[in-house]
Amino acid sequence: MLRSRWPQFILRALILAGFIFTILSGFLGSQVGSHNFAIIFVWIAWWSALKLFFIPLGGRTWCSICPIPLPGEWLQNKGILRSRGPQTRPGKRWPRLWRNAWLPVFGFVLVGWFGAIILTAPRVTAFVLLGLFLLATMLSLIYERRAFCRHVCPVGGFIGLYARLAPPVISVNEPSLCALHTKKTCYEVCPWEQYPPALKTSANCGLCLECLRACPYNNISLRLRPWGAELPLAAKMGLDDVFLALTMLTTAAIDTVIFLGPWGILKSVAYTIGSPAWWIFAASFLLLTLVIVPAFYTLVVWVAERIRKERFSFKRSLVYYGPILLPIGLTSWMAFTLAFASTKSSYLLPVLSDPLGWGWNLLGLTNHLPTGQTSSFSLALQTLLLAGGAMSATETARKLSRSTRESIPLLAFIATYTWIMLWLLLG
Amino acid sequence: MKHAKTVVQHLASLQWRTGLIFILAAAIILGTPMPLSSAPISESYIRIEASRYRFTPEQIYISPGERVTIELVATDVKHGLSLDGYSLNLEAEPGQPARATFIATHPGVYRFRCSVACGNLHPFMLGKIQIGANLPLLRGSLLVIIAIVLALFYHPIPQHHNNRALNDLY
Repeated sequence: MLRSRWPQFILRALILAGFIFTILSGFLGSQVGSHNFAIIFVWIAWWSALKLFFIPLGGRTWCSICPIPLPGEWLQNKGILRSRGPQTRPGKRWPRLWRNAWLPVFGFVLVGWFGAIILTAPRVTAFVLLGLFLLATMLSLIYERRAFCRHVCPVGGFIGLYARLAPPVISVNEPSLCALHTKKTCYEVCPWEQYPPALKTSANCGLCLECLRACPYNNISLRLRPWGAELPLAAKMGLDDVFLALTMLTTAAIDTVIFLGPWGILKSVAYTIGSPAWWIFAASFLLLTLVIVPAFYTLVVWVAERIRKERFSFKRSLVYYGPILLPIGLTSWMAFTLAFASTKSSYLLPVLSDPLGWGWNLLGLTNHLPTGQTSSFSLALQTLLLAGGAMSATETARKLSRSTRESIPLLAFIATYTWIMLWLLLG
Repeated sequence: MKHAKTVVQHLASLQWRTGLIFILAAAIILGTPMPLSSAPISESYIRIEASRYRFTPEQIYISPGERVTIELVATDVKHGLSLDGYSLNLEAEPGQPARATFIATHPGVYRFRCSVACGNLHPFMLGKIQIGANLPLLRGSLLVIIAIVLALFYHPIPQHHNNRALNDLY
């Protein structure tokens, strides 16, 4: 079943149709966010499902059914059900300068800056989705393979970072067979520019399964590994990945403050883009994201490095301890999402009944809009997630350290961040 | 080879043991019911002003067992107030305050939310009421400490630590 392109194609085509409808409803529907399909289905249904199910359980599975790069890929391959091959339009190589996670970091900072309006104004959400769609298609016509997904998409950066922890992995059954196979068909067809026998991390594998289909020896398979198995030995990270992980930690906390905190003035400030107060918010956001949290992490690494007898270069140390950021980052986003979704999911059914907010009542549920509540069960799950993340990060810190003393500054970072998230969600 | 197998088995048993202790600790810490305050010990009156997209005051502290009357005053458009964990729901038009009374029997922190669509940020318009000590936060903090201590003491420093695999990677 995995070898056939049909199931994946049907799923992607359906999601593409839903994606186009989402953009249309953003432009044409009611501009009250809670009454518009675009806001409710993108930011409550999809964004929550991504963080609670797709990423922790499936890594980049969403990327394998994402509709955004689909038309670009069709244009590149000159056909709908065709894989990359001799007919594929030859594109330029993606510039070396941007072969990293800095563009997704920038994208995520932008989303953070304008989050209050992107998440609540249907027309802005529609513009963002349309912009990503056009950009992905345009880049597919200029550059080879999925340049947009690998190097530009902020959501792709987010998913790739935490896909390192997820169970699915593409692996080779018999590596010696690959060494003898000179044609390397798996690499030729891969839209993500990966060579399966050399795959050390799941971060950049889009799980599209094209390699599995192209291998003439049936030597590639999709396997499941224990959660977090890539930590810490194989979580090959660069300085850009570490910075992306720090950005994710900061934005998880800031989003919790703005969307789930009781401070009404902050919500209004984040919403009134361009006002003097908003500029202060934007500057504070940048200061926290680009300076304060990275500086705290740098200090922690500096202390750990002092204790460690074997010295790396400082840049290498920053990267070396980077894997501790992954479990706390993912579980913080999951806990935030759980708090967010458990109260906002009450909007889903009414908006299905009236997706454009035009007063329809297709399912008889339009007038049924209960105010969501945080249950004690949801609070317990959030606590469990944060504690589980701290545990996994501590285990990683322990594995990376040569002594208990060396791991103490790392634990201080883990405990401080986890407690801040706990306080923001439960305090 | 036999030694390596023993080490792997030992680590696996440690992981299982750690996981089991964590689950047990979580079940005890999070599963223990919150203490209830039954008899009202005092009465209080709180006036909450609602305007787009904030409540004033946005954070309220009350004692367990207190009989609380809330008056909701909408200052710009129609707003509502729904309190998590209690069946309290108010709706107020500008110039027409609404009142309701409840007894704070359950200690903890509860969010109150606007229950009438009042604009784009309406889903995020909320405040909080703290009744007595914040036991969920205290319990959560305890669980995080246990999780960190368990991971610290049940996972030995790997012997292969300074090996080439790590150095090759970084």
